[in-house]
Amino acid sequence: MDFPKDLKYTKEHEWVRVEGKTVTVGITDYAQDSLGDVVYVELPQEGAAVTKHEPFGVVESVKAVSDLYSPVSGSVTEVNDAIIDSPEAINEDPYGDAWMIKVEIASNSELDDLLTADEYQKFIEEEK
Amino acid sequence: MVPFAGWEMPVQYSGVIDEHKAVRSACGLFDVSHMGEIEISGDSAIDFVQFIMTNDIERIADGQCQYTLLCREDGGVVDDTIVYKFNIDRYLFVVNASNKDKVFDWMQQVQAKEKFPDVSIEDLSASYAQIAVQGPKAIDALRPLLDVDPADIRHFHFHLGLLAGEIEAIVSRTGYTGEDGFEIYLDPADAPALWKALTDSGMPHGIRPAGLGARDTLRLEMGYPLYGHELADDITPIEAGLGKYVRFSKDFPGKEVLEKQSREGTSKALVGLKMLDAGIPRQGYEVQSGGKTIGQVASGTMSPSLEVGIATAFVKPEFKAAGSTVEVVIRGRAAKAEVVPLPFYKK
Repeated sequence: MDFPKDLKYTKEHEWVRVEGKTVTVGITDYAQDSLGDVVYVELPQEGAAVTKHEPFGVVESVKAVSDLYSPVSGSVTEVNDAIIDSPEAINEDPYGDAWMIKVEIASNSELDDLLTADEYQKFIEEEK
Repeated sequence: MVPFAGWEMPVQYSGVIDEHKAVRSACGLFDVSHMGEIEISGDSAIDFVQFIMTNDIERIADGQCQYTLLCREDGGVVDDTIVYKFNIDRYLFVVNASNKDKVFDWMQQVQAKEKFPDVSIEDLSASYAQIAVQGPKAIDALRPLLDVDPADIRHFHFHLGLLAGEIEAIVSRTGYTGEDGFEIYLDPADAPALWKALTDSGMPHGIRPAGLGARDTLRLEMGYPLYGHELADDITPIEAGLGKYVRFSKDFPGKEVLEKQSREGTSKALVGLKMLDAGIPRQGYEVQSGGKTIGQVASGTMSPSLEVGIATAFVKPEFKAAGSTVEVVIRGRAAKAEVVPLPFYKK
């Protein structure tokens, strides 16, 4: 399982790529593997407000529905509509093609409690 | 692996969709050892068996099996089961794992109340593992191992025989997937060896292990009921659309209620729904027509064969006509769905 070092992570199994005031959000390799085949995804509209620790969308495997939790508060600047038509990308390329939303954050303090790759990996080891 | 009814259950191996498609196009191997087995035997066994079931055991011969419901006095379903007839004095009921103890207790109560003292009811669940081999190539996977040509076992018949020269088993031409296939009951001690043997003999035919996730999507595409979804203590076979397994020419618990329902109609009916809008229906989601509640989803999934959301739902009977459009409420959004006849999947 892969956890790129240049990303930040949450205990709700999202990853975050920080570029200035814009962060890109997706779900981790561990999350997609636990879900199994992803067959449906629901994302917010561009311009929507998202709140840290609150659901911003939904991802469904054949068997189950799971909420997607926002790692930060801010406003959605871009949505990856391509994965709505091909949700299998979430299984195939969770850190690349299957990014979900880009969010503009008000302040970098939003990022304070995010986990490093090592911390996240330790967390999921303990969760198993 | 997930826990279920005291068992550790394999939900998926290579992935639900992959396994599902393997069963539809080639062959899948299922470990369904959690299923319960209750044997009924003794001198008046046939009378007792006939009394407890809604279907008619007199319609099958030795070596055949039959699907039936077991009902409470109020018509609610205790369980759905396949009964294997060895001979006039010996039967095996294959029941749902989560209902096994309930069914066993219920059988004993009916036995005491209706006075069948010579009948023996035995829970043999711990003595049987069950391996199901399902799919168009299942017959080819099984052929090299079985002591008869599996083609000679007709649909809903079974054979008591030997596998791989030494494993005693009950082999029935039955299944829960809508594909041709076999269900094999054997001593749990022999199960790993048979699993391995079938994996090897099925290799040239594309066999692969399949879990309970695929088992559920396969059965739902066929519209087969699953207890806890389409069937329950407070759902009758008539409401679940299973009237053809209820024979009013004989007695059984709940007969009066079911006869009345089949004569006068029911307050809910089971229908198939196929999503027209995006979204996947799930158990418990509300079904509406023009904004008014008309029912609830019983089972729902993304259909791997049809690549669209499908569901069974109990709705008010005036909405059961195929072709009409209803809405399924998915996270507050009313998503359009069409009422369709079952099964969803047709070859």
